[in-house]
Amino acid sequence: GELQAESLAPCPGEAQRSSTCVFVQGVKKPYTELIDVTWGDPQGAGLKPLTFARQVLAACLYPKLLNNERLPADVRQRAEGLLHECHGGSVGSYTDLPGIPQVARQISEFISRRDGGVPSDPDHILISPGSQWALQNILSVLVRGDGGGGGGGGGGVRSGVLTPQPSYSLSVMSVVGLGGVPVPYQLWEEQGWEVQVEELNRALEAAEGECDPVALYVINPGNPSGHVQRRKSIQDVIKFASEKRLFLLADEVYQDCIYKENIEFLSYKRVLAEMGPPFCDTVELASFHSASKGLLGEYVCGFRGGYVELVNMDPAVMKHVFTIFSKDNAPTPGQIALSVMRGLQSLQEDKGQTVFLLLKVHEVLNSLPGVSSHPVEGGAFAFPRIDLPPKAIQKAKDLGMEPDIFYCLRLLEDAGLFFTPGCEYGQKDGTYHVRYDTMDDLLTRLAAHHTQFMNDFS
Amino acid sequence: MSQQHAVNGVLPKGKVLTLETMNPNVKKVEYAVRGPIVQRAVQLEKELREGAKKPFTEVIRANIGDAHAMGQKPITFLRQVLALCAYPDLLEDNKFPEDAKQRARRILAACGGQSIGAYSASPGIECIRQDVSRYIEKRDGGIPSNPDNIYLSTGASDAIVTILKLLICGEGRGRTGVMISIPQYPLYSAALADLGAVQINYYLDEDKCWSLDVNELKRAINEARQHCNPRVLCIINPGNPTGQVQSRECIEQVIRFAKEENLFLMADEVYQDNVYADGCKFHSFKKVLFEMGPEYSSTVELASFHSTSKCYMGECGFRGGYMEVINMDPDVKTQLTKLVSVRLCPPVPGQALLDLVVNPPQPDEPSYNTFIKERTAVLAALAEKARMTEEMFNTIPGFTCNPVQGAMYTFPRISLPAKAIDKAKVKGKVPDMYYCMRLLEEEGICLVPGSGFGQRDGTYHFRMTILPPAEKLKIVLDKIKNFHIRFTEEFS
Repeated sequence: GELQAESLAPCPGEAQRSSTCVFVQGVKKPYTELIDVTWGDPQGAGLKPLTFARQVLAACLYPKLLNNERLPADVRQRAEGLLHECHGGSVGSYTDLPGIPQVARQISEFISRRDGGVPSDPDHILISPGSQWALQNILSVLVRGDGGGGGGGGGGVRSGVLTPQPSYSLSVMSVVGLGGVPVPYQLWEEQGWEVQVEELNRALEAAEGECDPVALYVINPGNPSGHVQRRKSIQDVIKFASEKRLFLLADEVYQDCIYKENIEFLSYKRVLAEMGPPFCDTVELASFHSASKGLLGEYVCGFRGGYVELVNMDPAVMKHVFTIFSKDNAPTPGQIALSVMRGLQSLQEDKGQTVFLLLKVHEVLNSLPGVSSHPVEGGAFAFPRIDLPPKAIQKAKDLGMEPDIFYCLRLLEDAGLFFTPGCEYGQKDGTYHVRYDTMDDLLTRLAAHHTQFMNDFS
Repeated sequence: MSQQHAVNGVLPKGKVLTLETMNPNVKKVEYAVRGPIVQRAVQLEKELREGAKKPFTEVIRANIGDAHAMGQKPITFLRQVLALCAYPDLLEDNKFPEDAKQRARRILAACGGQSIGAYSASPGIECIRQDVSRYIEKRDGGIPSNPDNIYLSTGASDAIVTILKLLICGEGRGRTGVMISIPQYPLYSAALADLGAVQINYYLDEDKCWSLDVNELKRAINEARQHCNPRVLCIINPGNPTGQVQSRECIEQVIRFAKEENLFLMADEVYQDNVYADGCKFHSFKKVLFEMGPEYSSTVELASFHSTSKCYMGECGFRGGYMEVINMDPDVKTQLTKLVSVRLCPPVPGQALLDLVVNPPQPDEPSYNTFIKERTAVLAALAEKARMTEEMFNTIPGFTCNPVQGAMYTFPRISLPAKAIDKAKVKGKVPDMYYCMRLLEEEGICLVPGSGFGQRDGTYHFRMTILPPAEKLKIVLDKIKNFHIRFTEEFS
């Protein structure tokens, strides 16, 4: 398939590479290091990992440490329990589907607790090397790339997947890569990036004749928007999916990152279950989560642990889904990370710090000329809108690039800050946004650079 | 069509996602190594745990190339470094040798935020890619390797599927055809089914120790040209499931063939350290390619794959691997770089492990002696088990077993009585699956039927790993012998 999405920075860590170039060339810059905040990777940005999780992992990797009294008893016990369930007592073995049994059970218990007691079946949970991997596997079952399957018979209609705009670009790329058609539905910036059913309807109608829509992909909390869906909104989406016969794909990887007071995260599964029949028994849903995001102070994105929970899936189809997943073992360190993460309580102090940061972010952003940002309710990013001066837009066009790419390039060059331009996520024509991780040191640089930029082009 | 609306508030019956509406390619995907027989084995294990009485006390999982599951011990040095990376406080612990600490520090320094929990660049951590290319240069007698051509991956399987995604396109008679050996490791057939490619089978010669004959390649491709567009040639060396180690001559012939027929070569070399038979030697495709001179080395497009799952490490659970791409069109390479970014990055612990595999302790380092001892022991044990297996199987009437030259498996041909074949058909099973299921139920030994790998019509095989510890393996071989004799009796 043709992958059309262009990415300004396809690789996390490209900032490091850029910084190497900068130093090798010996050019003087008003900063000594780049801050790469494009990939939602707090560990990369310097947060300290949780000791417990790391100790458990170390003991699993090198079981001789189980005899080391420097490691606390609970660490050793936990590691022993995990190793007991690994074939041959080694994390070097493959694991069966859906993963290390203990881990799948813990995940299902976590899900059930999270959802106020709604039962979760460990046999319907599949662990994968990261949530994107699981999403691709599920999409590959849903999406008919060439309309006929196998050998490109042609003549058939390609599958469509409704995707939000703005959206996490890699998910959209996955749809394209499988030969599917992304059908964008706009999130309403004016209403804090809400999902509106009228817009879902419009998108579906626009797709008529273009493709055969089979699925509806939602991200909650939103990426990049940071919006957290309320119960009514989730119910409306579920009803829409039910009525229009769409498979629901709920990307909920930021569910542990909720900041706004008096909001709680409600999973699609929970809302679905609490809607009762007929919806709870009929709407087909896949919910995705990951070890990579969360407020627990321990980020293990590099370990690649994620999972999908399948709800109301046809058992005959489920068998095939299992075969697809059986080809890709989830890395054992990633499964251990999932296990330890699920078992830990949220650290209140960490959350408090992040909430404080976010309020600061909101304040600073909205104080900058031409910048407007909704409060970040959840997720890991801010997605402010920037009303770029006409001269800047013209300059960008002269250089043959999108105005928000131009802004981000200048930001990178002059302030060493690596943000992603809104065009990568999709935005309304004529508007410009940037996405960045909500870390604090960068705010000063951002404020200084932005003021200068706006002055230069006034 | 999935667009049906509610009528009078009543939802139409039937699921949205059914066998009819799903991607039809998925239905064709099978992965025998973890297929129905393994599911039954898991079920039996559960029953045993719950106290059920069986003619055996444990299920022996000789179906998958998982060394640690069968009791092989991890290499100490590798796990020490990984533990240090996972919990850097251990760098203060004097029970860890200095060379392990030095490598851990180096790896951590190359990670974002000095942590192996951070995402890495999508093609892998830069300094590890450099280490891999240095390893390749050393292995291949100095032939240069460019780190920009190295992509780290989530096991070799991930890289193999990624390359196939790039290569498979077209419609109808123009659809990409991919040549793969019969028998083959079913990741290939599964990926080809999933991606809707045309699988072009070339048969290895069982009577000649599973060797590859170029004439067979020619036959296969000429036939295939009538209904597809052959573009890729996959070769597994050392072979899986057959274990054959290709001679240098044969590799040259394959390369010449690939050049003549304008094929992209995919060389799956994950078993490169697992070579046992006298007179056999691993020759990397890249090395041979370059030693054939610029006419070949500057034109033939090649991707070579390796992993941390096999050899002496056996660290399947870490999902470490890489591919090296040679002579790839630069524009395609850009697309490849973009493609690998969609899954963000390969697991960093696996990348770290790979770094140690390509950067093992040197003779002047404290961990060297232990490391060499452990590595030699693992490989020697495998060689002995390979020999034992071939010898034993060839004493069983009805068994023909080729020497296990390399890799980790044996793939004997078994003769099944006509009545057994009929019985299998009655039960709706392929004959060798019926045989293997009976073996599982009666002896608790889990193997994979040859039908899962491909075999000539009318022949039956199974694949068994040679991984159980020698003592246990002897028992397994005995049990199989007794089972086969009984089975043949029953259907005589």
